[in-house]
Amino acid sequence: MPRTLINVPKTAKAGEIVEVRAMIAHPMETGQRMGVNGAMIPRDIVNRFVCTYGSEVVFAADLWPAVSANPFLSFSLRAKEAGVITFSWTEDSGAVHVATADITVT
Amino acid sequence: MRPAVRCFGLAAPLLLAASVAHGIEQGEPRSGIAFASPETRAMQADDTANPGLFWVLDGEQLWAKREGAAQKSCGDCHGAASASMKGIAARYPAFDDKTGQAVDLTGRINLCRTRHQQATPLPHEGKEMLALTAFVGFQSRGLPMAPPADPRLAPARAQGEALFTQRMGQLDLSCANCHEANWQGRLGGSPITQGQSNAYPLYRLEWQGLGSLQRRMRACMVGVRAEPFDYGAPEFVALEAFLATRAKGLPVETPGVRP
Repeated sequence: MPRTLINVPKTAKAGEIVEVRAMIAHPMETGQRMGVNGAMIPRDIVNRFVCTYGSEVVFAADLWPAVSANPFLSFSLRAKEAGVITFSWTEDSGAVHVATADITVT
Repeated sequence: MRPAVRCFGLAAPLLLAASVAHGIEQGEPRSGIAFASPETRAMQADDTANPGLFWVLDGEQLWAKREGAAQKSCGDCHGAASASMKGIAARYPAFDDKTGQAVDLTGRINLCRTRHQQATPLPHEGKEMLALTAFVGFQSRGLPMAPPADPRLAPARAQGEALFTQRMGQLDLSCANCHEANWQGRLGGSPITQGQSNAYPLYRLEWQGLGSLQRRMRACMVGVRAEPFDYGAPEFVALEAFLATRAKGLPVETPGVRP
């Protein structure tokens, strides 16, 4: 299971805009490179990232082979209510890696 | 497969002829991060954006993993790394009594594996070795590079200095031609830098991964079209020993980020 590093402020004021960061350890193999034996290294990338806040999707992105290894995403969201922020990365193989963080809104 | 040759070599003789030689003034070493873009500097400074932290976290797990016939982990002997490994990376390479040679951190970890864990040595540039060196180096982050005043290291340092100033390869360039005489210049649009060793192992954006100082030196040697030394070669350890004295006082940045 790849490692993930996420950064969400623990607390925020209602209505405050907070910055959220998420990074996953992933080779993002493009499928265009040749291995030592001359055979192509099969494509293996994270192709979809989704962030949900409570039950609402607040940020989503399609990722493509030109995205670097260990993709890092940073975005803002408005703190509305205390809840769970869920980050999910979907690989080409269909495997989904999920990380969660709690946020308290005062 | 040979590593890809970067095509910056051709510009070098022109640049050398055109610029004035600036030696590094005494007591004024400058870390490679000072030459990096603000974005790269921000990436290194922020532990949630620095991808090198993935290796540090892996290293933390490996530290506690029991290995080899002795079924001992690093932590079984050394205890908590935050206390026992603090300042260690800043002092390496050090002298090993049993072999009578200078060893770098990678060499020391493999000596520990064979002597105390009775395990097989890890490959030099493998994920596990990089994770362990990054984790051990991370414990010294922020501390100044402090090469030990051990007279037994003098031969290795002298050999390293000789290699540093020795011209090599088809382009006939020494490390010092760029990193001492022209560190304020640029080569192919990129800053040359002083070639300081205080942030290794570091995450290079070009590599898309973590790499050791020896990988960096091999890339430079291929760049001047010289035959690189093997990983773990005594020549590389000697160079590392010399570079550590040169970087004395610079803060350890492991894991650094470079373009």
